[in-house]
Amino acid sequence: MAPVRGCGGKNFYDTLYGSLVYHLSDFVTMSLTLEQVHRIAHLARIEIDEIEARRTLDQLNGIFGLIETMQAVDTQGIEPMAHAQELAQRLRPDCVTEDDQRAWRAAFQAIAPEAEAGLYLVPKVIE
Amino acid sequence: MKQWEVVIGIETHVQLSTRAKIFSGSSTAFGAAPNLQANAVDVALPGVLPVLNKGAVACAIRFGLAVGGEVAPRSVFARKNYFYPDLPKGYQISQYELPVVRGGSLPIQVGENEKTISLTRAHLEEDAGKSLHEGLGAAAQGRSGIDLNRAGTPLLEIVTEPDMRSAAEAVAYARALHALVRWIGICDGNMQEGSFRCDANVSVRPAGESRLGTRREIKNLNSFRFMQQAIDYEVRWQIATIEDGGCIEQATVLFDPASGETRAMRSKEDAHDYRYFPDPDLLPLVIDRQWIEQVRADLPELPAARRERLMTDGGLSAYDARVLTASLDLANYYEATVAAAGTENAKACANWVMVDLAARLNREDREIGESPISATQLGGLIARIADGTISTNMARKVFDELCSGGHGASADEIIARQGLQQISDSGALTALVDELLAANPGMVAEFRSGKEKAFNALVGQVMKATRGQANPQRVSELLRQKLG
Amino acid sequence: MIELSLTDIAQALASRRISSVELTRIYLDRIARLDPQLNAFITVEPERSLAQARAADDRLARGETQALTGIPIAHKDIFCARDWLTTCGSKMLSNFVSPYDAAVISRFEQAGAVLLGKTNMDEFAMGSSTETSCHGPTANPWALDRVPGGSSGGSAAAVAARLAPAATGTDTGGSIRQPAALCNLSGMKPTYGVVSRYGMIAFASSLDQAGPLARSAADCAVLLNCMAGFDERDSTSLDRPREDFARELTAAAASRPLAGVRIGLPQQFFGEGCSPDVMQLVEAAIAEYRQLGADTVPVSLPSMDLSVAAYYVIAPAEASSNLARFDGVRYGYRAPAYTDLTDMYCKSRAQGFGAEVKRRILVGTYVLSHGYYDAYYLQAQRIRRLIANDFAEAFRQCDVILGPTSPSTAFRLGERAADPVQMYLSDIYTIAVNLAGLPAISIPCGFADGLPAGLQLIGNYFTEARLLNVAHRYQQVTDWHRQRPAGHA
Repeated sequence: MAPVRGCGGKNFYDTLYGSLVYHLSDFVTMSLTLEQVHRIAHLARIEIDEIEARRTLDQLNGIFGLIETMQAVDTQGIEPMAHAQELAQRLRPDCVTEDDQRAWRAAFQAIAPEAEAGLYLVPKVIE
Repeated sequence: MKQWEVVIGIETHVQLSTRAKIFSGSSTAFGAAPNLQANAVDVALPGVLPVLNKGAVACAIRFGLAVGGEVAPRSVFARKNYFYPDLPKGYQISQYELPVVRGGSLPIQVGENEKTISLTRAHLEEDAGKSLHEGLGAAAQGRSGIDLNRAGTPLLEIVTEPDMRSAAEAVAYARALHALVRWIGICDGNMQEGSFRCDANVSVRPAGESRLGTRREIKNLNSFRFMQQAIDYEVRWQIATIEDGGCIEQATVLFDPASGETRAMRSKEDAHDYRYFPDPDLLPLVIDRQWIEQVRADLPELPAARRERLMTDGGLSAYDARVLTASLDLANYYEATVAAAGTENAKACANWVMVDLAARLNREDREIGESPISATQLGGLIARIADGTISTNMARKVFDELCSGGHGASADEIIARQGLQQISDSGALTALVDELLAANPGMVAEFRSGKEKAFNALVGQVMKATRGQANPQRVSELLRQKLG
Repeated sequence: MIELSLTDIAQALASRRISSVELTRIYLDRIARLDPQLNAFITVEPERSLAQARAADDRLARGETQALTGIPIAHKDIFCARDWLTTCGSKMLSNFVSPYDAAVISRFEQAGAVLLGKTNMDEFAMGSSTETSCHGPTANPWALDRVPGGSSGGSAAAVAARLAPAATGTDTGGSIRQPAALCNLSGMKPTYGVVSRYGMIAFASSLDQAGPLARSAADCAVLLNCMAGFDERDSTSLDRPREDFARELTAAAASRPLAGVRIGLPQQFFGEGCSPDVMQLVEAAIAEYRQLGADTVPVSLPSMDLSVAAYYVIAPAEASSNLARFDGVRYGYRAPAYTDLTDMYCKSRAQGFGAEVKRRILVGTYVLSHGYYDAYYLQAQRIRRLIANDFAEAFRQCDVILGPTSPSTAFRLGERAADPVQMYLSDIYTIAVNLAGLPAISIPCGFADGLPAGLQLIGNYFTEARLLNVAHRYQQVTDWHRQRPAGHA
């Protein structure tokens, strides 16, 4: 897959970008399909029409062109790093810290799109 | 006719008995008005963050030790992503690749057969809120109401291997697990309030086949009876479907107690892509040996060990030991009764607890924890039967008296106050017997002519004359002497 | 007054040469006059700010003076502030009045600082130009047709144009340092965990860190002293003894104040990716540092080239999950018309989020989805480890790493908006720092065609005080940081 570029002019990004993606020809690069765009948009609960989906597909393929550069790196035996610090989770004592929940609920629900009798309202949930 | 084998695995959501929620300081108490136990973290306001409750972790460690599982020195919280209105963050914080407990097992008994169910894992997670569809005001037509009081309540999800082969085994497992989590004090076991909910993964396969059939998951079984009914129905349905040439599609189903049927859920069409990843807001949960040992030291003697001891120390039968260890409260009550009555009366204590007390509790719909008679009172009463102070019949009267009179009096006080002591004194009884024999020559003659019935009638006369207080054994001994 | 350092302002307030109300009025007037052409602020509430200023004056009158008492501070609109509109630059939160205070907001309030207003930003901090805000782009005070950088561009533009004495920002991949560079400011991203994230609307939780944007490193130290500190509400907050980040700054100026300091120059920062005019200014700064007594040593960060790729997996993955709570149920935007629950979700999110945010949510959803997790997310986390290891290795040979902050000076509004990949490469020098969780500061190092350029200094974990001192010593012998844009008198 050729990297998708929106810019034809020569500037320092061309060189930079070029250096990032030069590995790409060395391995098979996956390209997204329109169907996948619709699937992930639905998973993410974002409505997307056909025109938008096509435009998004191009942009995502561009972004994945950038991302794919890391596939060339051999990371066998490297422990994935999820946090910036190698620390253990701190624990909280089992204590109730809340009081005056009536005032809090009023404050929280004052900014709710739809609330009644202390409940948040949504279109009917079908199980 | 083809033989089918049923394969069942169970996932149980056990609500942990902590005061506060797993990641927030809100109360977990049941029954508050909607959203009054939902703070900024539970409502998932922008910018709020979770902090783990130590109490919930302690419960998980207790459970891990109780089932002989491995308490992971390092486990990881992950996000399970899906959209649902009762899931305020759009993800549930759970554990995925590295759960807090791995392995372990639980023995069950179905009829005379014992079996051990292997556990795959147990992991900590947060509960979701509730969607309410009924009882909303007129303005809320076509709406569901969201109550987040339950959101963030700590759960331990306990997952078995697919080890069960019948609804009966599944129910036996669920009962054993229910007893255990209450026994070790990590869950109140209240199924009506949703503290203990089971999902059953059910599949069938031709007998002898080693591959598993496609399973359907029955969600949210909150009573043992429904579990039995739901699995029975599901198994019949699956076999019928396959025998009709159909095939089973993996699905999540709900049990409808009214119709007794299971039906597939409509929602969650993309339920299979939860996009789990380690929660960046929470660091790895590290549990050191010292903490584990501390929890182990606090753990009560477990049901199996307790049963073993009741059989050895008290000479109880396996059946009695099992009944008396159905719950920690019951086992403790029984042992306190024995402590008051004396160990030589263990068997009598078992009978009183299992028969008389159980009947009384049953009639009054009470739990052992709410027993109207304390273990000390009952033990005192049993001691008086054993030493011959009162008869068993008298004892039943005293028992009723103690039950209705609150916890104030002791058995001795009631016996003394009402003069219910058994008359075992030979002098007094001899006089009575002599008097009786003199007054009933007819009966004496009948007895002498070989009618054993007449003997019983004579004993009855003595008992009647003493308003039941005479020690019947002493009376018959004396009669035999006199008539002998 | 508007050119005084924070320490000098504090003295002026303490000695009653000026009141907090007077000072606050100066800035409110400047905002009213100058912000229409910059669009640096989203929300300004003069009466509330003045009420805080009056309270600060009472404290000052009682002699209860802390370093920031009575000083107006602008806050990025990513920090929840109780009863203040907190939009995060998004239509999704265009009606969100926060019911609670972020930890950072509370700390400034406890110090007696005045909340001057909420500043513009890229929507949910996703961007490097402040163009993705639903409130429209912010202009760079140095050239109104150029971007101020992002995502903390509103804070940077406000301080650069002297609409605020100082401001807060957040930095997930360079969002404090890059706007600091493009607006001629000093901006610091502290070690991950030094500043509480509680109440800071999350973009990528494992990378986000709040920090100061100010006119000098010394001012940054004053702000960081207020912002930093353990917070039990944030599990990733570090429980460390309190420290004075300005402690090294007060030592007397010597002829070679940085003697013995080893400055590492990674070859990857000096390759072909950087524009020549920026590189020239960076080279000149290196010469200046040698004058100050520092030694320079070549170092290498071999995996740094991969940082953009790893970042554009990790950050969108976390964001896709962090932004799931914006569903139109409990707060924020809900679409006016929909057919059912799923449609309500899909429409509310499609209408409430802007294009860049949606793009990143889709990327994040994809890389976490079934079958792709290992190839993308895990691979990115392994590369993250390689990058952190590179830094650890480099810090065995040096105390501070130096390089450009941004590969270019401020670009034109709209220039890169159409091409996300181009935009992402604006952060090529800053992203690795977030992946490793290290502290870094950007300080002004000169001008190219009238536009400011930034010098980046990266330190090992918890070396903020030293970094600030290394920056401060440079600012004692240069006056780049004192330059202010014309046309904002």
